Amino acid sequence: MEAKTKDLWVFIETNKDGSAKNVGLELLTPGRALAGRQGGGLTAVVIGYNVKSAVQAADIYGADTIITVDGPEYQDYTTDAYTHAICKLVEKYGPTSMLIGATNNGRDLGPRVACRLKTGLTADCTSLDIDEESGNVAWTRPAFGGNLMATILCPDHRPQIGTVRPGVFKKGQETERSAVIIREDIPVDQKDIRTQILEVIRDMNEENVDLEGAEIIVSGGRGVGGPEGFEVIKKLADELGAVVGASRAAVDLGWISHTHQVGQTGKTVGPKLYIACGISGAIQHLAGMSSSDCIVAVNKDPDAPIFGAADYGIVGNLFEVLPVLTEEIQKSRKLI
Amino acid sequence: MNMLVCVKQVPDTTEIKIDPVKNTLIRDGVPSILNPFDGYALEAAARIKDQNPESKIVVITMGPPQAQAVLKEAIAIAADGAYLISGRSFGGSDTLATSYILSQAVKEIEKKEGKFDIIFCGKQAIDGDTAQVGPEIAEHLGYPQVTYGLEAELKEDQVIVKKETEEGAELIGVQMPCVLTFTKPAWDPRYPTMKRKLMANRAEIPVISDEELTSIDRAKIGLKGSPTKVKRTFVPQKKQGGVIIAEENAEESARKLYRLLGDAGIM
Ligand SMILES: Cc1cc2nc3c(=O)[nH]c(=O)nc-3n(C[C@H](O)[C@H](O)[C@H](O)COP(=O)(O)OP(=O)(O)OC[C@H]3O[C@@H](n4cnc5c(N)ncnc54)[C@H](O)[C@@H]3O)c2cc1C
Ligand SMILES: Cc1cc2nc3c(=O)[nH]c(=O)nc-3n(C[C@H](O)[C@H](O)[C@H](O)COP(=O)(O)OP(=O)(O)OC[C@H]3O[C@@H](n4cnc5c(N)ncnc54)[C@H](O)[C@@H]3O)c2cc1C
Repeated sequence: MEAKTKDLWVFIETNKDGSAKNVGLELLTPGRALAGRQGGGLTAVVIGYNVKSAVQAADIYGADTIITVDGPEYQDYTTDAYTHAICKLVEKYGPTSMLIGATNNGRDLGPRVACRLKTGLTADCTSLDIDEESGNVAWTRPAFGGNLMATILCPDHRPQIGTVRPGVFKKGQETERSAVIIREDIPVDQKDIRTQILEVIRDMNEENVDLEGAEIIVSGGRGVGGPEGFEVIKKLADELGAVVGASRAAVDLGWISHTHQVGQTGKTVGPKLYIACGISGAIQHLAGMSSSDCIVAVNKDPDAPIFGAADYGIVGNLFEVLPVLTEEIQKSRKLI
Repeated sequence: MNMLVCVKQVPDTTEIKIDPVKNTLIRDGVPSILNPFDGYALEAAARIKDQNPESKIVVITMGPPQAQAVLKEAIAIAADGAYLISGRSFGGSDTLATSYILSQAVKEIEKKEGKFDIIFCGKQAIDGDTAQVGPEIAEHLGYPQVTYGLEAELKEDQVIVKKETEEGAELIGVQMPCVLTFTKPAWDPRYPTMKRKLMANRAEIPVISDEELTSIDRAKIGLKGSPTKVKRTFVPQKKQGGVIIAEENAEESARKLYRLLGDAGIM
């Protein structure tokens, strides 16, 4: 496909209630920078049902144009409906590049859209730039479980598309709302949606496991010693309003469910603060959390590789360190 | 049920080391393994076969001749038959080209094995790590897809897939034929039995070469047919200058950490 404009699109994924998922708003930040360098505008594409609040948010975080597709068939994400809508829009408007948040849905949607448009897709980018020579987007991403970084171009196909994990970029400054809003009607026949959500299963303990969206994560590994060892982790997490994460060793031992796992075969996270307790820091664990803003490690082995990735490392027993830390935070809260 | 599982041979990324001088990956001597997620996909197919013993499981991989090792492993675990898709002109394919070749191979294999009801893939390969090939095969074939599968079960004319989500899981009903991709479930894949291992050793694995795939559009495969181009690779820089706290006792260390985080405006 040929691009018809120099515009860059950011796909804004919405929640069931019509609000925007954070990652889409985060992507408006690099989107703005890239669009400027490509000499085009920044367009937010909002798809969902009753998406007024998502549209407002995209406006506040700086989109020049917002294209919305709003209808009951878009309330729940489905591959069929969303792929159809995005491809129709791309065919009509012809953007030169597009960013999609690498949530579970985004990673389901991205390749489907790229394949229908017969274009390239770069997965899970951690930095975005413009290639000076060619003017294409230079997409940089980890591969081999985080052991290698690759910079990828998509020179001859449009749009050039990339997915980006939540938390890699931060939401920008709020701005005056000034976006041009375009409403597109793209109805989808129910029979063309070939999957059906039959049941939603929350995590067993009904606790919050939105690791990707978390600002603070406290994770435990084999060093917590057993399922009861996660109690000290949970106490600290509760005090901080944090989500509990885990290493694969702790998950495999059955101490905590897989929804908590961080790493190559678990979640990729990018919180402001990541506290790793009793985790050695295997490359597969690091692959999932090394883009956190600040990493704290608590480990009794001074040679544990996790210290190589940490901003602050405590060499010590987590069962002695965490309760004191929890207490200090409690105390400070009482003072306020 | 006629089931196809796509598997990939990958380097064991736990064994990869960095050359400290050249700052490159050392891949020599790194063992090749069956992509772990493909093992989960194969197990999901095997579980459907446990419930429906008249079913058949065929595995395929695209790769060099030595990739047949993972096909033999898959036969030892649960597969009934296997095909290796191998040819020089396939080299350098990105996910769009890889999924195109695989989807063309599926059509070719269906001439012999009959139409597949379900195509299983891993969520992602641990080397390329893109998680794109499964959905792209689905799109090439025009099939519906469910990604992040944990378990799959047949119910009347549908497959019911337990899908991992950020909040927990969902049960999704999907029509067949379809493509399903699998992530790590709560259980481990089964081990091969001695009998199956022997069978796998003796198995003749047919190779589908690039010449045999006559339907394929040569402009869409290999490095040339791939829209994405790797411009440069590099080893990520390790973080430096982390503060190590090792006070007299754990309490002192914890208090110091709390102060430092406060000073840095993090807490
Ligand atoms: C294909 C593949 C994918 C993988 N994916 C993942 C993944 O997604 N996520 C993941 O985490 N791993 C993953 N792994 C596994 C990974 O290689 C490691 O085995 C795992 O991360 C180790 O977990 P751990 O750090 O909890 O355990 P260990 O490596 O056993 O480390 C335990 C640590 O706890 C410390 N410790 C013990 N007691 C205490 C105490 N009282 N106080 C303080 N410290 C203590 C020890 O010093 C040690 O460093 C994967 C592996 C493979 C092959
Ligand atoms: C450093 C590096 C970065 C790359 N980045 C990109 C990128 O951003 N975009 C891009 O399009 N390509 C990229 N590639 C190319 C990509 O790795 C190859 O196209 C590869 O053939 C398939 O991608 P994957 O390993 O990511 O597989 P995934 O899409 O992660 O694999 C998912 C599943 O598809 C099936 N599958 C995958 N490959 C095969 C196979 N050969 N045979 C049978 N089944 C298979 C398996 O079931 C597997 O579990 C990159 C390659 C390298 C070396």
